[in-house]
Amino acid sequence: MAIEKEKLIDMYRTMVRIRTFEERVRKEFAAGNIPGFVHLYSGEEASAVGACASLRPDDYITSTHRGHGHLIAKGGKTDRMMAELFGRKPGYCKGKGGSMHIADLEIGILGANGIVGAGITIAGGAALANQMKGTDRVTLCFFGDGASNTTRFHEGINLAAIWNLPVVFVLENNLYAQSTSISRACKLTDLADRAIAYGIPGKVVDGSDALAVYETVGEAVARARKGEGPTLIESKVHRFHGHEEGDEQKYRPKEEVKETKETDPIPKFRGKLIKMGVLMEEDADTIVREIEREIERAVKFAEESPFPEPEEALEDVYV
Amino acid sequence: MREITYAKAITEAVDEEMERDPTVFILGEDIAQQWKGVFGEFEGLYEKYGNRVKDTPISETAIMGAAIGSAVLGMRPIASLMFSDFFGVPMDEILNQLTKMRYMFGGKAKMPVTIVSVAGGGVSGAAQHSKIIEGLLMSIPGLKIVSPSTSYDAKGLLKSAIRDDNPVAYFYRLPLLLGGLKGEVPEEEYTIPLGKADVKREGSDITVVAIGTMVHRALAAATKLQEKGISVEVIDPRTIVPFDKEAIINSVKKTSRLVIMDEEPKTGSVASEISAIVAEEAFDLLDAPIKRVCAPNTPVPFSPPLEKFWMPDEEDLIKAITEII
Repeated sequence: MAIEKEKLIDMYRTMVRIRTFEERVRKEFAAGNIPGFVHLYSGEEASAVGACASLRPDDYITSTHRGHGHLIAKGGKTDRMMAELFGRKPGYCKGKGGSMHIADLEIGILGANGIVGAGITIAGGAALANQMKGTDRVTLCFFGDGASNTTRFHEGINLAAIWNLPVVFVLENNLYAQSTSISRACKLTDLADRAIAYGIPGKVVDGSDALAVYETVGEAVARARKGEGPTLIESKVHRFHGHEEGDEQKYRPKEEVKETKETDPIPKFRGKLIKMGVLMEEDADTIVREIEREIERAVKFAEESPFPEPEEALEDVYV
Repeated sequence: MREITYAKAITEAVDEEMERDPTVFILGEDIAQQWKGVFGEFEGLYEKYGNRVKDTPISETAIMGAAIGSAVLGMRPIASLMFSDFFGVPMDEILNQLTKMRYMFGGKAKMPVTIVSVAGGGVSGAAQHSKIIEGLLMSIPGLKIVSPSTSYDAKGLLKSAIRDDNPVAYFYRLPLLLGGLKGEVPEEEYTIPLGKADVKREGSDITVVAIGTMVHRALAAATKLQEKGISVEVIDPRTIVPFDKEAIINSVKKTSRLVIMDEEPKTGSVASEISAIVAEEAFDLLDAPIKRVCAPNTPVPFSPPLEKFWMPDEEDLIKAITEII
């Protein structure tokens, strides 16, 4: 699939933005500036960025508890995200949602979700609305290996299949559902094989290769847009950090954690773009510095933003 | 005025709202092409609206998810969950998604989803096809709950529920459907606002609040007590959330006595909440303790004599009234 130079550079920038955001969140969480729980996406950037690069701005996504990467890849603003994580009023949800519930309907983000797998049926509903309205918008649904063992996976994908809904299911298999290895939770080697049960295409892609993800998801998006129904794509990724911040991953063999870091998708993509002549080393460094400044500004924005008034807890229950 | 059945009132409400608003659609098991709802309550809708009346597989989780996702994008879905007991299957979608999304997103989403479902005992449906779950659901902020007891209320309230921008759980009563209950419903269009109780019978000695099937039993008891010179006021809240507490308190101002008749196990029931509201806000008006006439704390039994014993009836209500009058 032909892809413009500017778009490739933008994909690199977005991957760096996600990593820089996540590593800063890690620091701020450790410092006690972010309440609650955070689940970091570091290591999986190529998957979100490759997938979202195949979408139009007016398409939709649903995301997960590990959602920061998906949201940034769909156009979420890092300052408003950081403010939400800090529990501040200018955050995406006015401080009512936090890390696991960020949504921006105007740019097609139908919400991160704290319940594993819940986005699968909701994405189907969004796709149904688009189908009934006669638009050609596509909904892309991110979820993990853990979600593929839930009721939603079965009911949601089956319904999307029989109704030919314009939805693409991106199963990011990072090998662990919290602390439980997928090898103890499913007999299959490739979770994409589960597509057979629903009579839809199932594809496996190396989720550390942004271009491979872009191409594979792009084909599925084109198919969905033409009204040919859903596809299940298993994006094989690696989770750099624990399930949540504070989880030391004692359940993972040390060797495996070390190997995981060697699969880092960002230097891999950077190397590829340099080799393709799309990006020069110094341009890449400039991008990294720009993003560092952006995230610095995002933290400052969050720190300087007010908390909501306590009584605002009573608002937004009913219309 | 013409009389129509409770089932027909539901059909007419859905029909009129689908005709009025192209974003309204209905999805659920066995509602469209073969059965038209388990009790024929969606008769003729598929023939008229085609693909806006959608049969689904037996997938309550996907039904609710589809309703939620489509509502966020501006559709106005009616999700049929067939029997209220089946709420247990997609409870996450109701508890964690539908009713929390607007709040979690800081007020960004509207969730105009109406869940319609048959509810209640009295026809030997046994424990998994009979239970009233209104007490359980009323503790979920973000959800409205509607329980009509007549054809007139069924139609007017369902139209308002569909037009409401919030999630509404709408429960029509199984024995009223199967019993072929008929009632006066005007030809011309009308709606009934959610949150407005209805005095089903005026009286001066005691206030009885009754819901759904219990309204009919309370009215029967009131007739019997009239012969003994006791004047019973029967109030039907019609919507559990929002709850018209003023209507109840105003009635208690007149009668100074309150009995609540509710077809749920007493613990955590709607009756419990109503009695707490009145005790908290209108204690001085009462001349006697509040009584709750509820079901025992057991699942709904199957065999007719067991179920008859289990469900609150006229005699239970008369006994409770007699104790405090």
